[in-house]
Amino acid sequence: MEYLLQLLASGVVTGGIYALIAIGFVVVYKATGVINFATGELMMLGAFFAWTAMTAAALPFAAALLAAVACSALVGAAVERVVLRPLLGQRAIAVIMVTIGLSSIFKGLAQIAWSGEYRSFPDIFPRRPVILGPVVLPSRQAYPFLIALAAIALLWALFRFTRTGTAMRATTDDQATAFGMGIDIRRVFSLSWILAAVTAALAGIVIGAIGGISPQLGAVGLRIFPVVILGGLDSIGGALVGGVVMGILENLAGGYLDPLLPGGGVKEVAPFAALVLILMVRPYGLFGTRDIERL
Amino acid sequence: MRIGDYKESYAADEALFRTPTARAWLLVLLAALAVFPFLAGDYLLYLANLVGVLAIGALGLNILTGYTGQISLGHAAFMGVGAYATAVLATRLSLPFWLSVPAGGAAACLAGAVVGVPSLRIKGLYLAIATLAAQVIFEWVFTNWTGLTGGIRGLNVAPARLPGFRFDTDRRIYFLIQGVLALHAYGAANLFRTRVGRAFVAVRDRDLSAELMGVNLFRTKILAFMVSSYYAGIAGGLWVYFTKVVTPENFPLSLSIQYLAMIIVGGLGSIPGTLLGTVFVTLVPEGLRSLTQVAQAVAPGAMAWFYPMRDIVFGAMIVGFLVFEPHGLAEVWNRIRRFFALWPFPK
Repeated sequence: MEYLLQLLASGVVTGGIYALIAIGFVVVYKATGVINFATGELMMLGAFFAWTAMTAAALPFAAALLAAVACSALVGAAVERVVLRPLLGQRAIAVIMVTIGLSSIFKGLAQIAWSGEYRSFPDIFPRRPVILGPVVLPSRQAYPFLIALAAIALLWALFRFTRTGTAMRATTDDQATAFGMGIDIRRVFSLSWILAAVTAALAGIVIGAIGGISPQLGAVGLRIFPVVILGGLDSIGGALVGGVVMGILENLAGGYLDPLLPGGGVKEVAPFAALVLILMVRPYGLFGTRDIERL
Repeated sequence: MRIGDYKESYAADEALFRTPTARAWLLVLLAALAVFPFLAGDYLLYLANLVGVLAIGALGLNILTGYTGQISLGHAAFMGVGAYATAVLATRLSLPFWLSVPAGGAAACLAGAVVGVPSLRIKGLYLAIATLAAQVIFEWVFTNWTGLTGGIRGLNVAPARLPGFRFDTDRRIYFLIQGVLALHAYGAANLFRTRVGRAFVAVRDRDLSAELMGVNLFRTKILAFMVSSYYAGIAGGLWVYFTKVVTPENFPLSLSIQYLAMIIVGGLGSIPGTLLGTVFVTLVPEGLRSLTQVAQAVAPGAMAWFYPMRDIVFGAMIVGFLVFEPHGLAEVWNRIRRFFALWPFPK
């Protein structure tokens, strides 16, 4: 029983972080219809920005966080303006491949800038573990989860209450009408990429704080696909639920099934097996927009 | 100079190579390929074999993605299925290569049919994610089904042989690989002159209209997946006899991405483009490697830049072609051809 609770708790924690990454992904998909395969590499860049600010520039964590967010926002804006805008309205394969190409470029640049080595992140959280009844959470997992939650709440408030957020939601609903009402669509596109880069950076910092960083960190980015498919590609609430469910699934599968199989690795593959099932049964996910198309 | 392009029969109009010039150049190309192994060194020969194997896989992906419009991020996995099927049949049942390679193609074909089933309900970006899942799952199976695949240690396979002849060197297997490639390129080019191939193109251009014109969507899409995976499986089978060992690391997601890069650089929906793209995408990193080796002599430590630079060049190649030359090398090739068709007169 305690083992189960422990697995559930760390599942929720991992899931919260997945949800944070997934939200940035969903924002871009909603606004521009682009599936961003470079999410993982944007995370990696954000984590390295923060790491550099803390080690080389010796900034305190809060300042480093701000610096990383600012740099990532610049990267996001540049990516949208230089690469994605010329491809607006192109075939799906072009849009997918261009983000894959970007991820390869980012990985190479990061290896040149920071070398391929694995580095540990400076301690940013108190060392004492958080104890919730029978469950013990290492502080390196508990605090990142709180950061992820705070970021998600902030994003939600942005979409719900600000003028910009409303403009973004309007664009998602109906681009032509939004344009007719005087909303600057290009600014919305640019903003959604900035948001994606910033959330990715936050997630990258959080993941870096848990397990260290290297240019290979971006590989984690692939794990959000089951999350966003479960939640629905265009639903922010869905990303939250999908993240937590997949986090739990992954931990349960890893905890109970891994010892039974000789090679292991169930933890990595279980979400993808679930993904296939979801696509078969309910391709638009739990909360995604249901495209009605009769053939 | 060609001043006219008159055709007097339907057969001439439907021919694969329509002008005497095209036929002459094809003969030149085939002759060059035939003498190549006797002139080239070991390294060039290795590269030619690598390009040959990958080109068969890339043809398959272009049939699926370029001609039928279904995106696949799992092409390397199908190649893996073919490779493992070939290797298992060759080691366990000691089948000769001329049975085990086609059997690998058939196994991949079946796997493709299974993965293709969701393509009726989901398309575009969703399908890309479904095939990504297939890639992850197949890779896991290759690693974990140790009883069959040998796990991470993989399987060792003896060279292919005919009575009295062993394909044990790169020079010998060159003819096998290029022969199979030529056959499959010819087959792919012909496919799009048949009803089935035309149906593929119709599904890509507008699936609803295709259905209204009497194309059975489900059958056509599954068939496209099967043909494409069959090509990948054959490539996998040849890979086994080329490298004589097969491990799960041979078929990662990055290979699937490399395949997509080949058909994008070459040109979606173009057979000659696929071949050009395969050569280009395979040789650019090798060119970069030689360049780094030259730089190493001047500036020691240049070799450390090779792997990051390879990533950057690979990414820049994809992004650059998509933004500046979306129809790929096939279009560049056509422009050159058109220029010389009227040369030396201005257009």
